[in-house]
Amino acid sequence: MLPNIDYSELPRAAQRLMARSQTGEATTLPRRSFLKLAGAGGLALGAFPHLAMAETAAGGQTISALKPTEQPSAFVQIAGNGEVTVTINRLEFGQGVHTALPMILAEELDADWSLVRSRHGSNDAAYLDPRYGIHITGGSQSIKNSFTQYRELGARARAMLLGAAAARWKVDAATLRTEAGTVLGPGGRRLGYGELAEAAMALPVPEKVTLKDPRDFRIIGRPTPRLDARAKSSGRQDFGIDTRLPGQLTAVVARPPVFGARLASVDDGAARAVRGVRAVLRVPLDRGAEGIAVVADGYWQATQGRDALKLQWDISAVEKVDSERQLAEYRELAARPGPRKLDADMAPLATAPRQLDAEFVFPYLAHAAMEPLNCTVALTEGRAELWVGSQCAGLDAAAAAGVLGLKPEQVVVHVQMAGGGFGRRFSSTSDTVVEACVIAKAARAAGLNAPLRTLWSREDDMRGGFYRPMHLHRARIGFDDQGKVLAWDHVIVGQSITTGSVFEQFQVKDGIDATATEGMRDPYPLPMRLTVHHPKLNVPVLWWRSVGSTHTAFVMETLLDEIARATKQDPVAYRMDLFGDLHPRHRAALQLAVDKSGYGKQPLPAGRAWGVAVHESFSSVVAYVVEASVKDGRPVLHRVTAGVHCNLAVNPRAVEAQVQGAAVMGLSMCLPGSAITLKDGVVEQSNFGDYTVARITDVPEFDIHIVPSAEPPTGMGEPGLPPLAPAFANAIAQLTGKPQRQLPFNIDNKS
Amino acid sequence: MKLNVNDREVTIDADPAMPLLWALRDVIGLTGTKFGCGVAQCGACTVHLDGEAVRSCITPISDAAGKKLTTIEAATNGTDRIGAAVHAAWVKHDVAQCGYCQSGQIMSAVAFLKSLPPGQQPAPDKIDAAMAGNICRCGTYARIRAAVADAARTLA
Repeated sequence: MLPNIDYSELPRAAQRLMARSQTGEATTLPRRSFLKLAGAGGLALGAFPHLAMAETAAGGQTISALKPTEQPSAFVQIAGNGEVTVTINRLEFGQGVHTALPMILAEELDADWSLVRSRHGSNDAAYLDPRYGIHITGGSQSIKNSFTQYRELGARARAMLLGAAAARWKVDAATLRTEAGTVLGPGGRRLGYGELAEAAMALPVPEKVTLKDPRDFRIIGRPTPRLDARAKSSGRQDFGIDTRLPGQLTAVVARPPVFGARLASVDDGAARAVRGVRAVLRVPLDRGAEGIAVVADGYWQATQGRDALKLQWDISAVEKVDSERQLAEYRELAARPGPRKLDADMAPLATAPRQLDAEFVFPYLAHAAMEPLNCTVALTEGRAELWVGSQCAGLDAAAAAGVLGLKPEQVVVHVQMAGGGFGRRFSSTSDTVVEACVIAKAARAAGLNAPLRTLWSREDDMRGGFYRPMHLHRARIGFDDQGKVLAWDHVIVGQSITTGSVFEQFQVKDGIDATATEGMRDPYPLPMRLTVHHPKLNVPVLWWRSVGSTHTAFVMETLLDEIARATKQDPVAYRMDLFGDLHPRHRAALQLAVDKSGYGKQPLPAGRAWGVAVHESFSSVVAYVVEASVKDGRPVLHRVTAGVHCNLAVNPRAVEAQVQGAAVMGLSMCLPGSAITLKDGVVEQSNFGDYTVARITDVPEFDIHIVPSAEPPTGMGEPGLPPLAPAFANAIAQLTGKPQRQLPFNIDNKS
Repeated sequence: MKLNVNDREVTIDADPAMPLLWALRDVIGLTGTKFGCGVAQCGACTVHLDGEAVRSCITPISDAAGKKLTTIEAATNGTDRIGAAVHAAWVKHDVAQCGYCQSGQIMSAVAFLKSLPPGQQPAPDKIDAAMAGNICRCGTYARIRAAVADAARTLA
């Protein structure tokens, strides 16, 4: 959900950007290793950093050189009854980190898995990504970047428990071993972790620990049910939207019809008269816009108030984007010279025996997570608390502090379980959080001293921008009769998503946003010239699950398939030949999908065709072999067989779920109505009735297989998405004889 | 006005036009029922009125007068045989990802299984048709199918 490139420079620069939010309380972790927790069911190993602050003042100190992200106290709490609670440094929004990160820690802790629980962290410095140095959930990086971190945390906590047992029994710790939440000693002696937690608290945190041999893993790698499965199957799981604080009020916002527009006139008399409405506030919004926030006892009353507003907008000063005109402009732009990402010699194009010219069009896409955007803010003198499902708690806290006139250490973000996100909960401008804080501040100034939840309607969410950008691709390819590509001239036109974000200075080089080109050419050894244009338009854009690969994988995998078909070659053999010996993970993933699908061996029912695609994104490779048909002019996906290479799969059951889910989101992109379009600056879609997302009736059977590996894990939140649409398209092209060159599909080739 | 919510009499002071969803969430404090679209397109807000699945986001409180309103909290608390079977199947198949839509999915599944003659095993296309009104953006549909079929088997 975030740019898929080398972030090596990110920590320094991002930390500069966040310096304001990384001072004082937020970084001052308890120096004592473990602390007594009030109301936590007895003595506990570990403590919340914020809670710890109040209790450290008088305590003795054990100095440790470990960074906050390496302190078990911020991550592991062991209650007297042996329950182990692991704090996750990410947002759980479906991808399964709420289970996988505890699995990793519990493995090295040798915990009793049945006693392991999980909870979210905050914007505290302990929960920074250990590699990037910012709070971040994205780029399919949670497991990849925190694998060693959580192993070491677990190993450190285990070492301290061993130390406590050794002292109790007066033996050398080296003679002890651990098993499922218990320390085992000579002569059959045993002590549960819960019994040792208090004594372990007094011990220093070891800096160096030995990690297990992966062959000894008994939790990592085992298909494991989610820790949140019961709560999420009974209505008991709270999400950000469910935050209920005493006296809390709800705000909804009347937003301009065109991005960035301001109010010309306001008549709020009727709105103020609505029962339950407490305030009507004129507030600044993202992109220099203005809006009216209606604050009421509840959401429904607030929307009644909003409906009663009589507003006139001044849209004269803002650009009014029109999708049809935009496409024409993109076509014109594609014909012009521009900065080049790749620059192979295009001379062979003129003489190549075969030519292929193709244009691809991809629309804006809304994330459309099921939980509408929301943020709850409680302001007191010199302090703000936020409850929000945030993919970037630190940046959101810094933005909130800026709006509220507070120091960043006066802002606490309580990260809440989120109902999906797909990138939208990491806004490049922290728009959701900033807006909620602006309204909370205005409400307080108006005399409303109550916690305030700002809640977006589905329409607000869908029309609120921050879309996967619209893109135009144009390719001119020269190849020979054997399918060898001699020259490939390619142009991409689309808005840059990282310009204006924290990532701009690392992602945009020589006028090209790396997130627009990720997934192009590689790993295929093709002589490509790649020109990129980034027009600026008045439509907010953002990363969207699998980012650039949402369009580049489609272009690459359908064009290569077309060349294979044009030269009468098997699409699998053609790709394998291009991979050669250099890309064993691609080969293994594709071969596994081919073997398990029956491709090339098993005859298909009449009217069906095979489709193949393989793509690497975020360091993982996914190959699909699909079966599809066309029924009454509508494409139907029947079966999907996947070959997945994500190195070591920490929780294979979650990997399977992520592949299924990403494939369904990729399928959504193909379905009629899966597009955001604008007319005279106004977004034309507003809800699920006119913006298609896949339903159960659209969904194929799945058969998902993981290539065995013991290498350090790579992420799986996104890589299942990119190859689905091209595999489906390749099957449709087999059936219709016509390539699909746009999403959503256009079976009849109507323009 | 008076409502019967999960076999409990609840008196609330609210506009009778207020949708049940917001009465449940903002007034009564039962937040297991979710807001997804507000226009009966996604099914996240599904509850039962006298056993029938309705979209609470467009159903005014007044429509619930004199009827038994059942929410996800009661349907899965073990007191209802079919609700318990569906809950167990959802856990067994590890259906949820983000989990936000699952209250509505489960309420639709329970209403569907209650509508079947005792012991009848639903065909796959019948399961799809019954669940077609519920959107899951995480794409948990394959496991939803398996869980509904499994729940039906355990009830046979």
